[in-house]
Amino acid sequence: MTEKRFNSLPGFGLTMGYTLLYLSVIVLLPLGGLMLRVLQLSWPEFWRLATAPRALAAYELTFGASLVAAGINAVFGTLMAWVLVRYEFPGRRFLDALVDFPFALPTAVAGLTLASLFSANGWLGRFLVPLGIHGAFTSLGVVIALTFIGLPFVVRTLQPVLENLEHEVEEAAATLGAGRLRTFVSVIAPTLLPAVLTGFALALARAIGEYGSVIFIAGNKPFESEIAPLLIVIKLEEYDYPGALALALVLLAISFLLLIGINLLERWARRRQG
Amino acid sequence: MSIELRNVTKRFGGVAAVNNVSFTVQEGELMALLGPSGGGKTTVLRMIAGLEVPSSGDLFIRRQRVNDIPVQRRNIGFVFQNYALFKNMTVFGNVAFGLKIQRWRRQDIAARVAELLEVFELTGLERRYPHQLSGGQRQRVAIARALASKPSVLLLDEPFGAVDAKIRQELREWLVRLHHELNVTTIFVTHDQEEAMEVANRIVIFSRGNLEQVGTPREVYEQPANEFVARFIGVMNVLDLEVRSGVARLHELEFPAPGLADGQRVRIGFRPYAVQLASDVAQFRYRAVIRHTFFLGIMLRLELELASGLILRARITKEEYARLGLADDREVSFQISQYRVLGNEAAALAPEQAVADPPRLAVTDNL
Repeated sequence: MTEKRFNSLPGFGLTMGYTLLYLSVIVLLPLGGLMLRVLQLSWPEFWRLATAPRALAAYELTFGASLVAAGINAVFGTLMAWVLVRYEFPGRRFLDALVDFPFALPTAVAGLTLASLFSANGWLGRFLVPLGIHGAFTSLGVVIALTFIGLPFVVRTLQPVLENLEHEVEEAAATLGAGRLRTFVSVIAPTLLPAVLTGFALALARAIGEYGSVIFIAGNKPFESEIAPLLIVIKLEEYDYPGALALALVLLAISFLLLIGINLLERWARRRQG
Repeated sequence: MSIELRNVTKRFGGVAAVNNVSFTVQEGELMALLGPSGGGKTTVLRMIAGLEVPSSGDLFIRRQRVNDIPVQRRNIGFVFQNYALFKNMTVFGNVAFGLKIQRWRRQDIAARVAELLEVFELTGLERRYPHQLSGGQRQRVAIARALASKPSVLLLDEPFGAVDAKIRQELREWLVRLHHELNVTTIFVTHDQEEAMEVANRIVIFSRGNLEQVGTPREVYEQPANEFVARFIGVMNVLDLEVRSGVARLHELEFPAPGLADGQRVRIGFRPYAVQLASDVAQFRYRAVIRHTFFLGIMLRLELELASGLILRARITKEEYARLGLADDREVSFQISQYRVLGNEAAALAPEQAVADPPRLAVTDNL
């Protein structure tokens, strides 16, 4: 077996080696460590820790708020990407750059800013709180923060897809008698669907793991506005490592299942258009 | 008549892509819009479809002025160069799309689609998606989709552009047959003069936004309206002559030019078939050496090099070539039996002239 296959790209061995090493050290090793630590727990003990009422409330808030935020971003992010790609207007490049803002801003700063905006005497809270809309220190605040940090994912995923959209396809629909709305619903939207799902998945993944911005705006009341990542931190601070690990594993498992589900959905949507 | 353009101009920014163009297309015609790229032919097609709005001028479809009628209500079928199929729909969905919009009844749609798929040899592929089809099949789906709701005119943008030479030939024949069967007024855009000559009943020739000539393939070949058409359609030898003492000359070639002043320049053009050859170097007035022979099936094209280095192109049948015993690097004699005096690009040509030396006009056009 000394035969060597010719490969026009050099360095496969080296780059592949690095890739495996990198993934192992950065991703697999911590995950494995987590699993090992959890395995030290007995099953009933794990179950008790993982399904404590306070933990259940935290999961519900984390995943519920993340899904809602990713959903909001999927709709409005698509709209923004559409506007940024399809129309020429003054200040377009500036708006385009603004989209990346949540990427760059330290999340703690974002959280503080949002909290002060929506608190009872903040710029927005001043008008919203009298209407009964409490944006700060409630579960609504969690959704607001997660929406803020997830926006760029949808926009940046959709932009290249929109740019590559064949203009002729829309014209073809028009020559066949389709109006703008019909063309969008029947022709454009199905083409965009896989990319929207990808953006949704990315925003969701980001939201589930988000910590910094949420803790400043959520108020962090147990059973009401306490997210799962925060609960983990609290457990760690109490030196309750088994409790933190159990929560972490559940969070990981649900995220994994959600992402697999979205990936399958995305595949299904993509398969129909080659 | 089916379609009429009256003084239609289209400007993009300040540039006229189509400049004051008028022509008509009769019901049931198969018309080619021909010209080099950037000539404005696709813009004309898109204006007929309603995908572009003329800057000025009027456009009529079946005697109705359609300038202000949006593309959705023009009842035209348009086939895009890249087909523009709906990737998220099956073949059935693509062909049925227009019918669904027109709210046809379910069973009528099914019947019409089945009928079209039969005509276009696509039966059995109803449930395939575009990415599962070959290039030829995609094009047929695109045409079937365009024809589904029985449009008054079928418009095709470079229909043969995206396929290889062999399939192209089949597609040409197929388009002619299809047109014969369906008898729908058809206009297609092409930059390939051979394609236009072979497929179309009539040809509209564009260059740089201007309409140069409208006519049957035979008319534009035999009576080109100007030098542009003459050079664009088929092969033509063009000579730039200068008059000296009543004779227009270029190197050893001389043409009688009685009444023309000395120093005046004259351009003439002649088709390769107008060059008569003889193996006897003394038979005709001029001599040349055969440099290359191009085999074009039944015809051969020869490149002749004169002593002065001037290159002329001649055309001859295979039989004649064999009878004269010609070969590359052989010396031959020749004469030019027919030529045209060319004006400026825009000016119409002078009537065909016979040469006095000796006047043999027995040359026929065997295009």
